[in-house]
Amino acid sequence: MIISVASGKGGTGKTTVAVNLALSLGKGVQFLDCDVEEPNADIFLKPDIRSTRKVFIPVPEVDDSKCVLCGKCAKVCVYKALAVIPSSEQNKGKVLFFPNLCHGCGSCSYFCPTGAIKEVEREIGVLEIGTSGPIEFANGRLNIGEAMAPPVIRELKKLIGTGKTVIIDAPPGTSCPVVESLKGSDLCILVTEPTPFGLNDLILAVEVLRKLDIPFGVVINRSDLGDKRTNEYCAAQDIPVLMRIPFSKEIASAYSKGSSIVEAFPEYMEKFTRLFESALELAERSAKDKK
Amino acid sequence: MKICVTAQGNNDGSAVDPRFGRCRYFIIADTDSGQTEVLDNQNRDGMGGVGIQAGQAMAEKGVKAVLTGNVGPNAFQTLTAAGIEVITGVSGSVREAIDDFKRGKLSGTKAPSVDSHFGMK
Repeated sequence: MIISVASGKGGTGKTTVAVNLALSLGKGVQFLDCDVEEPNADIFLKPDIRSTRKVFIPVPEVDDSKCVLCGKCAKVCVYKALAVIPSSEQNKGKVLFFPNLCHGCGSCSYFCPTGAIKEVEREIGVLEIGTSGPIEFANGRLNIGEAMAPPVIRELKKLIGTGKTVIIDAPPGTSCPVVESLKGSDLCILVTEPTPFGLNDLILAVEVLRKLDIPFGVVINRSDLGDKRTNEYCAAQDIPVLMRIPFSKEIASAYSKGSSIVEAFPEYMEKFTRLFESALELAERSAKDKK
Repeated sequence: MKICVTAQGNNDGSAVDPRFGRCRYFIIADTDSGQTEVLDNQNRDGMGGVGIQAGQAMAEKGVKAVLTGNVGPNAFQTLTAAGIEVITGVSGSVREAIDDFKRGKLSGTKAPSVDSHFGMK
């Protein structure tokens, strides 16, 4: 069972919901922080990191003695990470490689007619793996200056164990890293806040999930602030609201010290367990409907 | 000698385009014969790497100097690798730029004039 927690807008409480869900369920839970550009679930979960693993992407290395400067590699590179300078009177010609544009797809080496390109590994990030009490924990961390989050997320998701309740803390937004994080989920919980900004980005996230064909429900955080339009939108779109977390100064205060809701208010444990049960029910219902 | 001027229009009366990789047209002029060739920059709306592509196209065309407003780091690296002189800060009409170049009034730059993605703004 893979449950991802996402939101269009940043700062709505994705990590808060994901962490409290994990802490309420405890044993058998695997928590993956897929927000590899700014992982921070470890602040709440304080995991004991037992191992780290480097993440690499394959990048081209050109053997000048075999290269005939045909230009095929630059032509097939969708990301324009290669340029081939033809030879001239003053210049013997060469292949230029721009590592920051390379997605590591391997097309250049595959199509090189003379076998001049071999793939070498370039480190772009690291995985941190450990435990937080009974919870298995792992996150990805993209190296500074790197732009390619999806390969790190892909490696992180390879750690997913069978028979676990996997909780994925997704990055905010609706672009490639989010799609990579959500792929393969049985259900997605979209966390939003009832403001015009929250609603705007919720609508974008809903479009992504419909396209990915992943069942989803909504958690409205700070539910007693803002306006009614988020509730109206969910009702009109037939989107189940799985939980409402009212604004509380005490929760905000606990958050400001890096404490989870369930640590500060153990009564919330039951509410998050109920959120898990409704998520499970929703996932099962959708799976049945698909058949 | 072949030189290229980035242009906002398709003739030598047009204004110089201040962007290299995302310019509207490339006007390639032969300073000896006076002949010009106009290239529509098909890649100008590309997602990324357009400066690299434009640089490679210049090398393929046998251009020896590029006259434009600004050049980013990737385009600069590509042009330099091809031994092409990069002249930035050029404005006015394409014809004026070519004349200034012929009179030796323009000189090359040794560094990119702007950061990556300048032309997207």
